[in-house]
Amino acid sequence: MPVARTRSVALLGLAGSIVEVEADLSSQLPGFVIIGLPDAALGEARERVRSAATNAGCPLPQRKLTINLSPAALPKHGSGFDLAIALACLAASGDVSVESIDRVVHLGELGLDGRLRPIDGILPAVLAAARAGHDTVMVPEANAAEAALVPGVEVIGVASLLDAAIRHGGRFDERPVDPVPALARSDAGPVAVGDLADVAGNHEAVDALLTAAAGGHHLFLLGPPGAGKTMLASRLPGILPDLDADAALEVASIRSLSGLPLDGGLSSRPPFEAPHHTASAAAMVGGGSRVIRPGAVVRASHGVLFLDEAPEFPASVLDVLRQPLESGSIAIHRANAVASFPARFQLVIAANPCPCGNAGVKDSTCTCTPMMRRRYLARISGPLLDRIDLQIPVPRITAASLRMAGEQPGMTSVEARRRVVEARAVAHERLRGTPWRTNAEMPGPWLRGAGRLHPGGRATASLDYSLERGGITMRGYDRVLKTAWTLADLDGVTAPDAGHVGRALLFRKGITA
Amino acid sequence: MAHNAELGRRGEQLAVDHLLGRGMEVLDRNWRCRLGEIDIVARDGHDTVFVEVKTRTTHDYGHPFESITPVKLARLRRLAIAWCEATDAAVSRIRIDAVAVLAPTEAPALIEHLEGIS
Repeated sequence: MPVARTRSVALLGLAGSIVEVEADLSSQLPGFVIIGLPDAALGEARERVRSAATNAGCPLPQRKLTINLSPAALPKHGSGFDLAIALACLAASGDVSVESIDRVVHLGELGLDGRLRPIDGILPAVLAAARAGHDTVMVPEANAAEAALVPGVEVIGVASLLDAAIRHGGRFDERPVDPVPALARSDAGPVAVGDLADVAGNHEAVDALLTAAAGGHHLFLLGPPGAGKTMLASRLPGILPDLDADAALEVASIRSLSGLPLDGGLSSRPPFEAPHHTASAAAMVGGGSRVIRPGAVVRASHGVLFLDEAPEFPASVLDVLRQPLESGSIAIHRANAVASFPARFQLVIAANPCPCGNAGVKDSTCTCTPMMRRRYLARISGPLLDRIDLQIPVPRITAASLRMAGEQPGMTSVEARRRVVEARAVAHERLRGTPWRTNAEMPGPWLRGAGRLHPGGRATASLDYSLERGGITMRGYDRVLKTAWTLADLDGVTAPDAGHVGRALLFRKGITA
Repeated sequence: MAHNAELGRRGEQLAVDHLLGRGMEVLDRNWRCRLGEIDIVARDGHDTVFVEVKTRTTHDYGHPFESITPVKLARLRRLAIAWCEATDAAVSRIRIDAVAVLAPTEAPALIEHLEGIS
């Protein structure tokens, strides 16, 4: 059989497309040609595959081999096609079964010794294969556990090209080899999520945190150094509800694509990303000229993106957040392709009130000029702040409130999470039949119009007055309404009353008022 | 060198036997001009075939075909034209073939034949 074909997957962002790998064997002088828009790393497969096959013990025929990767117009990157190319060549020369390789999707890079090396992004690739209707994938041994996370797919882990060839009916003598282990990568690991009960005092801030978790609202914490802003923010993932199966798979896919380990399989806990303020725009959204890698906002998808010391971030970096905040996804444009990533995260930003940090703090003196103070907070642009529903001051804790906190222990994370889950269930029930799942996602016009969620009457009197006076914009009005609904859900009542709307208004205007 | 030359001759003889066995008629052997040498010129039906023979005793230095580089192939084409001009033969169509002879000292030889390699 001079022509054989099998399949592999080309990843662009998180989206994978099935690539058909065809091998043609012609009676010509020995040669190896790969066509179909390969990049440099894929072009090098030429050298890797022939050496690997010889050293593995299943040499390729000494004829001209032409490999076509189709669709030819789709750009293909990296070394994950090696296994598919090698098996297509062996099938073309009749060494392995053509029918057998045709049914299986192959992923993996070959070493010169013929062993298979693990590749990044195996989870999204296998997911793409499953969605395209393929039910068997062959992957390097070190990637097998990760590939098996995709439901409904039979995963065959192989240690070497020879193993793979024997699996496909090749008559070769077995040569046991040690599988190449997964790369040991340094991973900072999940940030230690402390318990909410550790937060002493600051009841208002804890309340706001609970509201943010229950409604999926973005949060802005403003306070002097040492007030506990970072401590509060790091408690947020701990009180968020568990991810559903699809979200957990997406989070794991993003980790896989970023080359982060997936020890312990799928995690149902939301991710927490806290990039440092020296991060560039590309580090934030993702980038790279050939393989487009996800950035911090993508890794924070379905979880929390925490920007500590937000005014220290360059304004251009903060403003790249506006598109994902609006659309829940981020598109990265490069010369040869556009990669789209999910980026539906909950934003928490923290800032000091001024460069010295003492503005508005009792019994301490701010050494900043009024101009410095203005400039400092103005670095967080208006359009960005406008998208943040909860904006609250976090004051430094006093000795009296510490003593009170000692007598009256705060809410634990477990208890908070239970309340959040309950409130979210109520909201979910109310939003049944709509594309939205949390209060923060509801669009304003729908809220007041088709959704009939305007509490009406006396409940919104304070809010209406504020709008009339020009204290808030129409967009702000909608945002306050959404927060009021979350507060009502947390209290277990059917609709927000004047108290809920008032608190929501305070959460929105807590800093500027 | 003597060993290699002898091996080459043995390989060429094996190749000639192989071509005759396939019903081809050998027109010329080891034809030389200032451009180089053609191992075998044969006739296969209407085709005039120029055959490059590569002989090895082992695979240690790669497959015999691997030593036929694009440069050598280009020279073979020039040699074929030179042969046609020099002999003034009635040539309708030319073809370039390669024959690899793997001739281990202790075992029967293995012959591979590629037709129309350029």
